[in-house]
Amino acid sequence: MEEPAPEPVVKAPAEKPAEKPKDVEIHQTLDGDKKEEKPVANKITVGHVHMSGCTGCLVSLADNYEGLFKILDDYADLVYCLTLADVRHIPEMDVALVEGSVCLQDETSVREIKETRERAKVVVALGGCAAYGNITRFCRGGQWNQPQHESYVPIGDLIDVDVVIPSCPPGAESIRNVCVMAYLLLQGTDEQKELAAAYLKPLMDLAKRGTEACGCDLMYDVINQGLCMGCGTCAASCPVRAITMEYGRPAIDRDMCIKCGACYAQCPRSFFNFDVINQFEGIMEAIDGAMGKGGE
Amino acid sequence: MVLGNYKSVISARAADAEILKRSQDGGIVTQLFAYALEEGIIDGAIVAGPGDEPWKPEPVVATTRAELLAARGTRYTISPNMMLIKEATRSYGLDKVGIVGTPCQMQALRKAQLYPMAMRKVPDKIALAIGIFCMENFPYQGLEAIVEDHCNVKMESADKMDIGKGKFSVYTERGAISQIPLKATHKYEQPGCHVCLDYVANLADVSTGSVGSPDGWSTVFVRTKNGENVWSKAIDAGYFETKDIASVKPGLDLVTKLATDKIDKNKKSVEARATFGVNKGLRNPYI
Ligand SMILES: Cc1cc2nc3c(=O)[nH]c(=O)nc-3n(C[C@H](O)[C@H](O)[C@H](O)COP(=O)(O)OP(=O)(O)OC[C@H]3O[C@@H](n4cnc5c(N)ncnc54)[C@H](O)[C@@H]3O)c2cc1C
Ligand code: SF4
Ligand code: SF4
Ligand code: SF4
Repeated sequence: MEEPAPEPVVKAPAEKPAEKPKDVEIHQTLDGDKKEEKPVANKITVGHVHMSGCTGCLVSLADNYEGLFKILDDYADLVYCLTLADVRHIPEMDVALVEGSVCLQDETSVREIKETRERAKVVVALGGCAAYGNITRFCRGGQWNQPQHESYVPIGDLIDVDVVIPSCPPGAESIRNVCVMAYLLLQGTDEQKELAAAYLKPLMDLAKRGTEACGCDLMYDVINQGLCMGCGTCAASCPVRAITMEYGRPAIDRDMCIKCGACYAQCPRSFFNFDVINQFEGIMEAIDGAMGKGGE
Repeated sequence: MVLGNYKSVISARAADAEILKRSQDGGIVTQLFAYALEEGIIDGAIVAGPGDEPWKPEPVVATTRAELLAARGTRYTISPNMMLIKEATRSYGLDKVGIVGTPCQMQALRKAQLYPMAMRKVPDKIALAIGIFCMENFPYQGLEAIVEDHCNVKMESADKMDIGKGKFSVYTERGAISQIPLKATHKYEQPGCHVCLDYVANLADVSTGSVGSPDGWSTVFVRTKNGENVWSKAIDAGYFETKDIASVKPGLDLVTKLATDKIDKNKKSVEARATFGVNKGLRNPYI
């Protein structure tokens, strides 16, 4: 025979001290003090809004390493980001970096994307899912435990999008560039505003172009248009190696394509804005300078 | 602006006789990469290596002098060198990438650096971009038709091909020369070349071509700070023979003329696209 288990002893918690015990010392650095009281004045506010995404876009932002800290120190306050901060509801933002597409059968998601548009000055579709649906294009429901969650649309199908950054994942540097340019656009001198507007224009044009993307874009809008010159950039850009170059033209394995939009966007015959790209040396130096790199 | 921004322009050729033996012109591309590789300025370069059919180039990441030398000479057909730009920084593990390419490939490179949407870690790893002048290019089958039908030379017996002085020339291994007027080659041109607005690789660090300089010599534009830095070191180290461009014939005037002709002609075809159909046009990548 087994002995009955002893009754658990329940102890009432000791009453909390109302005051901080005298022997606890608190060390606070001067720096920390300063930061709280005197934040850099003219930073812009940036939020990261996570719809039906995989957080890979946010990881790409973080993949700027010290560049991200530089951005957060000097140019932008991260006012919303469920992964990194404890702000629960979508606040007012200068720039909303939205990753993921929207599930039409999920009320919260639909409400949040609308709130994002209402509360953000600039909405950026960050990454292939937000911009073009990407892998969520293939969703069709029928899985536990929300089998009715079957329809996903890129955010541009529900709200107006200002800027898109295609690809899966979007390159760290492209997110950095958009953040720096957004800062210059909102806080820069007239000259900087002009540069930032010119830089962002093709990414705004892509937003207007539509919400569908596929390796087929290279056929419809480059080869079929008599514009392809066989550089091979599309093949380099494809994250799933769906593109090979055969006799100087891309051949697309369309069953491998995940519809991220990188190939067309990166192709030099989709957009090629001479006014900006001709100044590549100066602009790259300026961005390096803003990131505290630069200088020989 | 038809010649782009540049800091200096010069006529030059490689000092290395082995490089010159099979280089297209002054061996600038191969010599500058070989120097940069020796000095650790680059740790590899994307070049047009030998392919699986005669005169069909295949982009390769060359990490040795031998691989650079194997890529010497112009192949007048498409070599999609940009297709390796990301891979060079991945499985090849390069930190300092060199790349040679036509003007359009230099454009693709700079776009990838400024708008690196699907090019993570590529922008900062480009250490030396050498552009080659380019009037037009041909699909492989077009080149085959030119060489085999028009010039009556089998692709595998061709030793060198060259475009110059209004002619397309094929030199065979046994010393025969076959020439046709360039006019006969026009219909084989790659259509995408007809909207191209760059002749002398305006966006490269250093760009080079044959036009302007005597046979066996090259015209060289040194364009960026980076290009100037590498070029001046190579000159100081004695890797090149040089001549003042003003002292050579036909010199910069011809380069300017050809660049202007190309850009004017292609600007017209870009404009014509806007009204190509009836109340409908074709896409313009530049707006
Ligand atoms: C399609 C084409 C058209 C050209 N048109 C002109 C012209 O109108 N006027 C002019 O002055 N020069 C033109 N050139 C450039 C010229 O033919 C030489 O390539 C250039 O002068 C370099 O010679 P080099 O002796 O310095 O190079 P080399 O030391 O011989 O090395 C040549 C380099 O070019 C690369 N290469 C060869 N073929 C290709 C290709 N198809 N695509 C990309 N890279 C390639 C090789 O990888 C090699 O690294 C053209 C080149 C090409 C490929
Ligand atoms: S990137 Fe564009 S121009 Fe280059 S090969 Fe691909 S489709 Fe053609
Ligand atoms: S082909 Fe590749 S790069 Fe292009 S959309 Fe499909 S997955 Fe993206
Ligand atoms: S003409 Fe222009 S588009 Fe054609 S291969 Fe030469 S650089 Fe490229």
